Amino acid sequence: MATVAAVIASTHHPFYYRASTSTGDDRPPFADEWQAKIETFRETLTRAEPDVLVMVGSDHFHQLWLDNMPQFLVGKAPYYDANWYNEEREFGLPRMTLAGDEELSQHLLRGGLDRDFDLAFSNELRIDHSITCPIITLRPQADLPIVPVYTNIFAPPLPQPKRFVQLGKAIREMVESWESDKRVAIIGTGHLSLELGGPRQFGEHGPDPEFDRKAVEWIATGDIEGCCGEVSLDSLHLPGNATHGFMDFMLMMGVAGEGVKADHVDSLDLFHTMEAYFTWYPEGAPS
Amino acid sequence: MVPGGGAVVSKYLLNKFLFTVDRDPELVERYRSDPAGTVEWWERDMANTILNCHSVEKSTWLAFTDEERRVLVEQDHVALFGMGAHPFLTLTLFIAMFERDHGPLEYQIAYGQALKHLSLPYPDIAT
Repeated sequence: MATVAAVIASTHHPFYYRASTSTGDDRPPFADEWQAKIETFRETLTRAEPDVLVMVGSDHFHQLWLDNMPQFLVGKAPYYDANWYNEEREFGLPRMTLAGDEELSQHLLRGGLDRDFDLAFSNELRIDHSITCPIITLRPQADLPIVPVYTNIFAPPLPQPKRFVQLGKAIREMVESWESDKRVAIIGTGHLSLELGGPRQFGEHGPDPEFDRKAVEWIATGDIEGCCGEVSLDSLHLPGNATHGFMDFMLMMGVAGEGVKADHVDSLDLFHTMEAYFTWYPEGAPS
Repeated sequence: MVPGGGAVVSKYLLNKFLFTVDRDPELVERYRSDPAGTVEWWERDMANTILNCHSVEKSTWLAFTDEERRVLVEQDHVALFGMGAHPFLTLTLFIAMFERDHGPLEYQIAYGQALKHLSLPYPDIAT
């Protein structure tokens, strides 16, 4: 059976690429600290020696649109082109092409359907920065095949938070039951408190530092019960109007398991939003 | 138009306008320089296009209300927020059109300041 080599959850910040590659007067004052934290975080994946990456993210109205909107979708393609014109324009993100692992895609689709998740699929999926940001931060050589899993945290009506947790648990079970000798890292990105296009955007900190503090604690300690007790579709409007992206963190808590403490926890308070990085090693930390 | 009726208020159609303009570099420039002409053309030729579908088939019923048309022509992001247009779509497109006229983050901060009078709950964005 396949091995879950690492479970990784983080925020995805599309400005990291430009901040970390800028030099001289263009380099923002926070870039050095940010880059150092990312390089430490990257090492947590490198040490796990993965062969394939399951990548959980959310399309930001790029390929998925309101005339045909899936709640949960698994990519099943041999390749995934990545990043879009408006992401080049606003964030300076590079175009990429990533290989896919169709066998694992097929396994997750079949297994998910059989576990009562009516997953949508795509045989031609151009992925966006919710998946390429963690490629840039965690595996910039982009040399491993991926299986993208998209969730709808963006276009209401949204699935309930508990469904994200349940899907995370199911993904973990399915990877562990995959008849393969490969080492799989399961990586997902979301947001802490975040406001986009509203009055609280682009402040000195994230819009709700208290929510962020609690969220980091829930994730770091695997406190799924505590998190689900406080978080609802309605409550997520309060910390910021784009905070439903936190449900992708909840999915990753489901992957990591109830009460399982993260082996690596870090965060960085930036303007506009707080960054947070978590790694779990289900088979024990690699030496 | 709905047969025999008037235009239906539609967050979906506002979003569709913002989405299709934002993804096309030529349309971004056209909307920046000629908002009234772009909105008029888009409603006539594009509003009933079914995106990601065979281009021969079209819808028959999508049209802006007078208020929706006015807000898009005036490029009024505060009104778009109030009408429940998706804030991510509005923000992304408006940054593309207007950030270039300002210093770093100046436009984004002013954009938020213009919405400061609003409190929770924000207008519903469900379509």
